[in-house]
Amino acid sequence: MMPLLDVRHLAKQFSRTRGLFGAGSVLRAVDDVSFTIEEGETFGLVGETGSGKTTTGRCVLRLIEPTSGEVRFRGEDVLRASRRRMRELRRQMQIVFQDPYSSLNPRMRVRAIVEEPLIIHRLGGRVERRARVDELFGLVGLDPALADRYPHQFSGGQRQRVGLARALALNPSFIVADEPVSALDVSIQAQVINLLQDLQQQLGLSYLFISHDLRLVRHICTRVAVMYFGRIVEMGETGSLFASPQHPYTRALLSAIPVADPDARTPRLVIEPAGIDSTRPLREIADGHWAAV
Amino acid sequence: MTGPLLEVAHLRTEFVTGGAPLVAVDDVSFSLAPGETLGLVGESGSGKSVTAFSIMRLVQPPGRITGGEIRFNGRDLLTLDEEAMRRIRGAEIALIFQEPSSALNPVFTVGDQIGEVLRVHGRATRAQARTRAVELLEAVRMPDPAHRVDDYPHQLSGGQRQRVLIAMALACKPSLVIADEPTTALDVTVQAQIMELLSEMKTQFQLSLLLITHDLGVVAESADRVAIMYAGRIVEEGPVRQIFRSPAHPYTRGLLASIPGGAPGSRLQAIEGTVPRLDQLPPGCSFAPRCPSRFDLCDTAPPPPYEVGPGQRARCYLHRNR
Repeated sequence: MMPLLDVRHLAKQFSRTRGLFGAGSVLRAVDDVSFTIEEGETFGLVGETGSGKTTTGRCVLRLIEPTSGEVRFRGEDVLRASRRRMRELRRQMQIVFQDPYSSLNPRMRVRAIVEEPLIIHRLGGRVERRARVDELFGLVGLDPALADRYPHQFSGGQRQRVGLARALALNPSFIVADEPVSALDVSIQAQVINLLQDLQQQLGLSYLFISHDLRLVRHICTRVAVMYFGRIVEMGETGSLFASPQHPYTRALLSAIPVADPDARTPRLVIEPAGIDSTRPLREIADGHWAAV
Repeated sequence: MTGPLLEVAHLRTEFVTGGAPLVAVDDVSFSLAPGETLGLVGESGSGKSVTAFSIMRLVQPPGRITGGEIRFNGRDLLTLDEEAMRRIRGAEIALIFQEPSSALNPVFTVGDQIGEVLRVHGRATRAQARTRAVELLEAVRMPDPAHRVDDYPHQLSGGQRQRVLIAMALACKPSLVIADEPTTALDVTVQAQIMELLSEMKTQFQLSLLLITHDLGVVAESADRVAIMYAGRIVEEGPVRQIFRSPAHPYTRGLLASIPGGAPGSRLQAIEGTVPRLDQLPPGCSFAPRCPSRFDLCDTAPPPPYEVGPGQRARCYLHRNR
């Protein structure tokens, strides 16, 4: 069966100039990244600051134009889609941002924020849109009576629900969730994660779940790719990857997770960036488990 | 056995902005023995950072400490004059901030900034300060300290900046270090290195550490005792094993259960509802509106701390008959 999303050899380079006459250098933010996401799957992209995980997510949606590579959504080449076709595709592919404080326009009532995609895509009249917004509020567990308030009147968790309602407005099948809970308090994180899982079941969504939190990724994702300096260094089923990590970076990353158990002291592994051969290609070491070793 | 190094009793800090005062820290009491690490855990707005600032007497207006005692090495910090307090700050009690990028001055080298701490407290002359700065950078495992001492903060990585802040905190050999979310802004591998460094420094410099964090994993690995804050009050306190093995307060139980770690794909145990605003606190227990074990008594008055185990106390009416 055709995967929902098929990313092949994706690359994004940023050029840095050095002064007026200096030779520029090229930063490979995303370097030959390939993965697929199946229908109904939650695919995790983990890595630390600067690993290229967010850039990868944005390139998939063409919020950033990749330098090269291929992104196929249900077989269709997204990177070569016309402006008009891209607009149609965006109804299928949406994003939820990390920061619920800066990603909502503070001067708009939340009803208008959630309704805006419907207006842009000319879906329904005033009455239908109003009903749809109420429905979306119900879907994400917000009281529709709060729809006429402004973002600052909501807590962080509620704002993330508003962002989710907006992303769901066009009835997408695929959502890029870029660190959707990392700005939230622990007790609220669990609420939003549960909501993401409920919505997935209810609406048949697929997620690209971008996160630095390995505990969360292990909990919610079916498959995981680990990024390091723009490349995927390991990828596999969540269970297999967490049980037998193969790449030295994955091992160091897993050993660094603080465990909420005073009696479970795990030895920390230290990673030496110089010790990693970044040109090594991924190879399949077990069924569906790939590592650059 | 000597007495505690720090003893906070019935601390109350309010913010007055027009209407009724907001009580950010309400009847907070805890103590810290020499060489001990106390983890102060809470979510945003729980009052953990205001508690730290109150101990340093750095609460800015409209905030004000309105009650309680803070005894440090036998002296009540709340009765000292500003000059005496200035001699304690940075020298005997040091503070490590959350954001290593904004806590450093971008226009001075890290050597200047470490040296300044020493000179302000009369611990070194200008000439000695640089040598001491290199030694301190070496102590916090900064690579190539003799050269790094002349770097500006922007030339360093986040983890290296946090090392500089730790070096500054240790410069005058304080007996108490308050670390306010020291690793929150850092990547997980760097976070592990910094926590390791802090625990080594604790042994080497014989420090007591007040570790403020929202991460129960960090607390489980580093703290001897834990105090859990919610809406300005410490709702539970006790030895770290005790709190993780047999949490007594429903909020502590909820926090521990909401950490992902069970079967993948299973539902997380979320705490329903949201943290109440400080100007809309319920008359009884602040956690009551979200509490799964709530009963009639919970809405009457804030519960006092009940003894629930050896050295463990919880502000919860469930334990009133023990």
